[in-house]
Amino acid sequence: MESRPRSFYILSAFFALFILFLYGPTITIGILSFQGEGGGLTFPMRGVSLYWFYDLFEQQAVGDIWGSFRRSFVLGLMVMIVTVVVSVMGGLAFRRKFLGSNILFYLIITSLVIPSILISLGVGLLFSQSGLNVHWSTSGFGSQLTWTLPFGLLIMFAVFNRFDKSYEEAARDLGATPWQTLRHVVLPIIAPSLIGVALFGFTLSYDEFARTLLTSGSYNTLPLEIYGMTTNVTSPVLYALGTLTTVFSLIIIGAFLCIALIANRRRARQASDAGKGEI
Amino acid sequence: MKKLRANPALSSLLMVSPLAAVLLIFLVLPIVLIVTVSFWRATEFSIIPAFELDNYAFLFGSPVTYTVFFNTFKYALITWACTLLIGFTVAYYLAFHIRTLTWQIALFLLCTIPFWTSNIIRMISWIPFLGRNGIANSTLMSWGVIDEPIEWLLFSDFAVILAFVHLYTLFMVVPIFNTMMRIDKSLIEAARDAGANGAQILWNVIIPLTKPGIMIGTIFVVTLVMGDFITVRFMSGSQSANVGRLISNDIALLQYPSASATAIILLLTVLMTIAILLRFVDIRKEL
Repeated sequence: MESRPRSFYILSAFFALFILFLYGPTITIGILSFQGEGGGLTFPMRGVSLYWFYDLFEQQAVGDIWGSFRRSFVLGLMVMIVTVVVSVMGGLAFRRKFLGSNILFYLIITSLVIPSILISLGVGLLFSQSGLNVHWSTSGFGSQLTWTLPFGLLIMFAVFNRFDKSYEEAARDLGATPWQTLRHVVLPIIAPSLIGVALFGFTLSYDEFARTLLTSGSYNTLPLEIYGMTTNVTSPVLYALGTLTTVFSLIIIGAFLCIALIANRRRARQASDAGKGEI
Repeated sequence: MKKLRANPALSSLLMVSPLAAVLLIFLVLPIVLIVTVSFWRATEFSIIPAFELDNYAFLFGSPVTYTVFFNTFKYALITWACTLLIGFTVAYYLAFHIRTLTWQIALFLLCTIPFWTSNIIRMISWIPFLGRNGIANSTLMSWGVIDEPIEWLLFSDFAVILAFVHLYTLFMVVPIFNTMMRIDKSLIEAARDAGANGAQILWNVIIPLTKPGIMIGTIFVVTLVMGDFITVRFMSGSQSANVGRLISNDIALLQYPSASATAIILLLTVLMTIAILLRFVDIRKEL
């Protein structure tokens, strides 16, 4: 192997600084959330304790943290499932031109680039003008889909751009119905990407703020609850909550990555029996 | 079923119908409604259907509007320059200096993980760094670089742009890395064989081939920054304003018609920016 040029070491240092920039602040509040009882929002640490975590579990005056966590979790799962299903169907359909496919494509792009506050304002107005109550599971749910679906669809477009159509043709030649082709050929091949779509669906929903602001009604989701806290809570309890949500997000991400890894391994094991003789 | 197979166009339409329904109800209808309400009249307690241009007249007549739009473009431009520089360098390092695919994926994931965590928490986490008695100030003071704490670290334009760069650099890294990974390595070898040095290869081969990725990243960053209202509010300590904040303030005061008028102008501005950027790239081909 040829030796590394000098630029490699400079760029490595740059990359390390970038990672530090990305993670440094989060790690800092992670440390500061173990601040002692008399400690403030910054260093020095006045002792090490779990005081602020206890505080988080006891304190009910600020709001309904656990209720909002539950709502965010359920909403995340709802958004995730719908995002995966709708994105796959959309991705399959977009493989050929159909009436209005161009308009729909530009709508997807619009949905991605539209300033979030317009969704919030518009969906809020839509519900209030038609006499419906905004609720996180209806208006909030729909608003979040306008953010997660474009991501899911763009991933699916990328997947199907690379998809080898001869697998489907082979299945069809062997007499498979369209549904059998989809179920036994297409879906298993694209499964690992679906894990990615699901990860996007859940995490984008779980952390979504701007599009839920005016559309979640009187029951807050977790990001809204945290945002409310930033204006009236000035103690490390904010950091404790931040640390807990981040840890939760990391667990979710880790779980998805593990599933992806296992799926890939299994696929590699079962991949091809070509050249291994008659079965 | 038979009919479906005979008519693939119909089955395509059926398959996109859930997608179309979601976009119709939660994207198209809300925009139509915002356009409509932007012509309505607001009283202290309610909004009344009308057709008047007062909201727009007020918007374009107020000097605040121009300052706020200027601020929005300023944030977008500075953030774009910073994220492009950092994002390109990181993507270039990952694509051309890391030699095994496993490491490339691992380091790429390391960059992406923060994207899947909460933006608000990531903003909050700058407080201990930038505050008056924060890490940055106390470090600089202990080194003797400054005598008094710098006041403009937190709650300033600097903090706003720092947070934008922190939150959105990833949107540059991913598309640029994606295009770079698809560059045929033999092109670079050919350039080297023809006597090009590293800088020439970068400038004449890699950057032109990476342009689509740069454009997609640019679209993401510019639209996210232009549509933002929360980062500006939080990181400037309510001292700076962009268009998003103008809208959210109007909403807080229940002035929906004027919020709608501002929102429409913002949307048109963003869409025009995108239309210009899209002239340089065909998104569907680049995925």
